Amino acid sequence: MKKYKAVTALDGLSLVVRRGEIYGLLGPNGAGKTTAIQILMGVLTPSGGDVRVFGLSPFKDRHRLAGRVNFSSAYVQLPFNLSVVQNLDIFARLYGVPDRAAKIGSMLDSFRLADKAKARTGSLSSGEQTRLNLCKALLNDPELLFLDEPTASLDPDIADLVRTALQGFQRQSGLTIVYTSHNMAEVEALCDRVLFLHRGKAITEGTPKEVANRFEKDNLEKVFIHLARTGDVMDAQTIP
Amino acid sequence: MTRALAIVRRYVLIHLKSPARLLDLFFWPVMELFVWGFLSLYFKDANLDTTGRLVVTLINALIFWDVLYRSQQALSLAFMEELWTRNVLNFLISPLRTWEWVVGAYLYGLIKTGIIVGVLFILATFLYAFDITTLGLYFVPICANLLIFGYSMGLFTTGLLLRWGHSAEALIWGVPFLIQPFSAIFYPVSVYPGWLKPVVWILPSTHVMESMRAVLNTGVFPWTSFLTALILNVGFTIFFSWFCLRMLERGRSTGQLVRLT
Repeated sequence: MKKYKAVTALDGLSLVVRRGEIYGLLGPNGAGKTTAIQILMGVLTPSGGDVRVFGLSPFKDRHRLAGRVNFSSAYVQLPFNLSVVQNLDIFARLYGVPDRAAKIGSMLDSFRLADKAKARTGSLSSGEQTRLNLCKALLNDPELLFLDEPTASLDPDIADLVRTALQGFQRQSGLTIVYTSHNMAEVEALCDRVLFLHRGKAITEGTPKEVANRFEKDNLEKVFIHLARTGDVMDAQTIP
Repeated sequence: MTRALAIVRRYVLIHLKSPARLLDLFFWPVMELFVWGFLSLYFKDANLDTTGRLVVTLINALIFWDVLYRSQQALSLAFMEELWTRNVLNFLISPLRTWEWVVGAYLYGLIKTGIIVGVLFILATFLYAFDITTLGLYFVPICANLLIFGYSMGLFTTGLLLRWGHSAEALIWGVPFLIQPFSAIFYPVSVYPGWLKPVVWILPSTHVMESMRAVLNTGVFPWTSFLTALILNVGFTIFFSWFCLRMLERGRSTGQLVRLT
């Protein structure tokens, strides 16, 4: 649970993410997706309840967890005043990445940024910055990756490149991903399971197909629209 | 320590890549040196320098003030840098520990302060025939106490930034100037009215500056003043560290910390 003075951002949320799955946190703006991710990352303390990541508290055991986890968001940037390589090098040092140069090179290749290695980060397009954030997020070979709308500013071509790269990393390393996105087609393509949130409450959970079937809709986009418009009614219900 | 050094690297790289920042590093201290240097020369020419030590006292005072000011700025500006570049969250979720970031920012401050002090000494020597050997090795304990006090004030102003974010930006420049008039930087404690002296003596910087004047006037370093300043510094550092950590935890709870990004 997370309560601010007048607002309940998360209310009785309970979720379990399985190792190696891509888990989508979905819902309209203000549903509590980012709040949930911030609590799971240990940067926002909940008002009540218990949070465990790999059996550890993200607050008390933050330093034991930090090297196993990483994060990327379209809304958080890397310092604009350093070059691409310099930024990645700093984070590689912070995460204790062995053979930094090779790892950075392979990340830049994976996200088609090799030709921008020496460019100033502030000079990159928003799509390139998003890909750079993903390079940072995968530098330490995390076991758990939090992605908050990672493809929000990408054109369809690059968004597809990012999805393919993420799926590749996920298959290769068994990476667990907690994912938020407003692109429902992308969520269907990527996520093993999804949880719909509305006004801080869990509305429904399951595979994209199960959720669509549960609401007798063709796809998640229609479920999203249905839940966004009738969410107040759904709030009273528990997860079916 | 590797992570603290990565932080030093980050801030040094920012300076190396920005001519504006490099210029800013030297601009204000050098301008201040000109003002105080020429003022003391004027006093000397007008026969107002009765002790014959005015130039050396004022220039030493200016340089030591800069040590205090720059060390306070080191931590606050390092944190501001993360706010400006929206990088706070990336650091918060990384394995970087709070103390590692603080040590990194302190080391970066030490490098910056060392360079500025070096440049000021050289300029003062050439422009005002300033003798850099006047304080001898006592320069080290004087600087050490000022660095510690500056760093502890940096913790305080960083706490203010954590609490109020960008709205507290002006305070990081202003806080040192709140203590400057009461630290006996450019004049001795004897000029303060009696009722103000208890306040003045609470500041470690007052004891340090009085030590400097004592060495210049008598050649003897008052170790009691040094120890008093050190004890006060320990007290300030503990209190301001607590304040800063309290603001960090508060930020985690209220969501202010993630809003800073």
